[in-house]
Amino acid sequence: MIEVRALRKSFGTVRAVQDVSFIAADGQITGLLGPNGAGKTTTLRMLYTLMRPEHGQVLVDGLDAYADVLAVRHRLGVLPDARGLYKRLTARENIEYFARLHGLDPQLAAQRIDALVVALEMQDFATRRADGYSQGQRVKTAIARALVHEPQNIVLDEPTNGLDVLATRGLRRFLQRLRSEGRCVLFSTHIMQEVAALCDRVVIIARGRVVAQGTADELRAQSGETNLEEAFMRLIGEDAAELA
Amino acid sequence: MKPTLVVFFKEVRESLRDRRVLINSFLVGPLLGPAIFAVMINFIVSRELDRAEKPLPVVVIGAQYAPNLVEALRQGGLSPLPAIDNPEQAVREQRVELVLRIPANFAEDWRAGRLAQVEMIFDSSRQDSSQQVQRLRALVNTYSRGVGVLRLVVRGLSPALATPLLVAERDQATPQARGALLFAMLPYMLVFTAFFGGMFLAIDATAGERERQSLEPLLVNPVPRGEILLGKVLASALFAGVSVCVSLVAFMLAGKLLPTDELGMTINLGLAFASRVLPVMLPLVLLLAVLQTLVAAFAKSFREAQTYLSLMQLVPMVPSMLLVLMPFKQQLWMYAVPLLGQQLTIMRLLRGEPVTLPQSALCFAATLLAAWLLYQLARRSYDSERLAIST
Repeated sequence: MIEVRALRKSFGTVRAVQDVSFIAADGQITGLLGPNGAGKTTTLRMLYTLMRPEHGQVLVDGLDAYADVLAVRHRLGVLPDARGLYKRLTARENIEYFARLHGLDPQLAAQRIDALVVALEMQDFATRRADGYSQGQRVKTAIARALVHEPQNIVLDEPTNGLDVLATRGLRRFLQRLRSEGRCVLFSTHIMQEVAALCDRVVIIARGRVVAQGTADELRAQSGETNLEEAFMRLIGEDAAELA
Repeated sequence: MKPTLVVFFKEVRESLRDRRVLINSFLVGPLLGPAIFAVMINFIVSRELDRAEKPLPVVVIGAQYAPNLVEALRQGGLSPLPAIDNPEQAVREQRVELVLRIPANFAEDWRAGRLAQVEMIFDSSRQDSSQQVQRLRALVNTYSRGVGVLRLVVRGLSPALATPLLVAERDQATPQARGALLFAMLPYMLVFTAFFGGMFLAIDATAGERERQSLEPLLVNPVPRGEILLGKVLASALFAGVSVCVSLVAFMLAGKLLPTDELGMTINLGLAFASRVLPVMLPLVLLLAVLQTLVAAFAKSFREAQTYLSLMQLVPMVPSMLLVLMPFKQQLWMYAVPLLGQQLTIMRLLRGEPVTLPQSALCFAATLLAAWLLYQLARRSYDSERLAIST
C-alpha cells in the first residue's frame, strides 16, 4: 500500500507539485490521471525516493520513504519515465543486473527471469542484445527488471507510452494479473481509455493539486457527466483551458 | 555479492563488448606513446649516426692553391665537389649548402707564414646545414692548430705558448642520463595512458548512462549511490590499469628494439623499471578514475563530458613541462604531490638513479589519500537530485 500526504515540490520558481495526497491500496489498480505538465512525474519521483519532497510524507507499506529509503525501495517496483536499457547487454542480462542489485542469488534470479520472460511474452528476444529492440520490447524488458524482486507495490510512469494496440492490451492483462495477486499497482497516464479499462480508483491531478479522486462511477457522479472523458474535462475545468 | 561488485562486473562486461572502448583503452591509449617514442628515437639515432659517419660534401673553390689542406680535410671525411661560379648566389638560392673558397694568394701567404685565409660560404638561417658548417669549421680549425703546433716546435718553442688555456670537459652524465633526456616525455605518456585508458568507460558509465536514460532506473534500486559510484570508479580504474600495463610492456619492447647503444646511452625499461613504476601508478589510476567519474557525472551529455575530460588531459603536462624547462632540485615533499611524484619517480628510474623506499611510499600513500578524499567528495555530490534526472 502506498500513502502520499500533502506532497510539495518546486523547481526554482516553478511549483511543480503543490498539494498531492492519495492512497493506493493493495489488490487495486490506481490511476494517476492528469494533463501534460500536471505534476504526475514529479509526484511519482518523490514517491519512489528519487526526489525529496519539500513538504509532506510518503508511506510505503507503512514505512516512511525518507526515514528508511532502502527498505522502501525493496518494496517498490518502478518503471520510471526514463526507461533506457543497456544496449550491449541482452534483455536477460539487463534484468539480471537489477536482480543482483536487489541481492537475489543467481539461481533465484534465473528462476524469476524465466517466469517473467514467459509472463511478458519475451521469449523471442530475451537472449538478444538490446540494441535494436522495438519500443514494446524495451518496455517489456524495463517492466521485467522492475519486477524481478517481486515487489508488493508497483509504480509505472505512463507505461503504455509509445506502445501499439497489441502491446498495450498485453500490458493491461499483465497489470490485471498483478492486481489479482494482491499487489498495489499505481500508474500515471494522460489517456482516458487506460483509466476506464483498468483502474479501480482514479486520482485526477491538475496544476500540481489533486482535484478529484474515487472510482470511475464516483467521478461521473461528482461531475454530473455520464461520459468519463467529459467528467475529466469538467473536473480539471479551467486548468485545461489554460493549458490548451 | 556486494552491490559495488555487481556494478563493477556489469560495467566491465558491458565495456568489453564495446569496440570503441576496447580500441581506445587497449590499443590507442597505451600504444600511442611507445609508437611516437620509437619513431622519435629512431630519427634521433639515425641523425646522430649520419653526423658521425657520412662523408661531408662541400664545394671547394681553389683547391689547387692548397692541396695539403684539402687532403687533410679529405681525411677528416670531407668529400670535395667541383668548383662552381658565383657561390654566394648558389647558396642563397639553396642550390648548394656549403662552399669552401681558397683564395689565389693562399699559397703565398701560407709559405710566408702570414695569416692565410679561407672562406666558408653558407646560410645560417638554414637549420639542416648547420651540422655540416660545424663539422667543416672543426676540421679546418684542427688542421690550423696542428700546423701551428708544428711551426712552434720547428722554431724550438713550446706549443703551450700559443695555447695558454686548455678546457678539459668532464661530462658527469651517466649513459642512462643521456638517454633520459630523450625520454623526458615518457612520464607524461604513462600518465596520459592512465588518463586515457579509463576515460571512455568513466564517461559511458555516467554521462552516457544518463543520456541513454538508464540512470534513473538504476538509482531506484535499493543500493546507496556511493556503492554504485565506487563500482563504476573501480571498473574505470581497471581499464586504466590494464592500459598502463600494456603501455609498460610496449615501452619494454621498444627499449629493447631501439639501437640506443650506438649512441652510448642505456635505457632501462625492463622488468625492474616496470615493477617500480607500477606501484606508484596504481593509486594514480584510482585518483584519475574518481576524478573522471566525478566530472563526467555532472556533464549534460556524453559529448560534453568528453570535452571537459579532453581539456583535463592537459593538466598532467604541467609537471612534465616544469621538469623539462626548469629542472629544479628534488625534495622529498614533492613525492607527496600526485602526478609530480609519479613523474619524478619515472624520471629518476630512467636516469638510472635509485628511488628510495620513503619516496615510493610517500608517493603511493599521498596519491591514495588524495583518491580517497576525492571519492568522499564525489560520493556526496553523487547524492544530488539533479544527477539522476535525464531531461
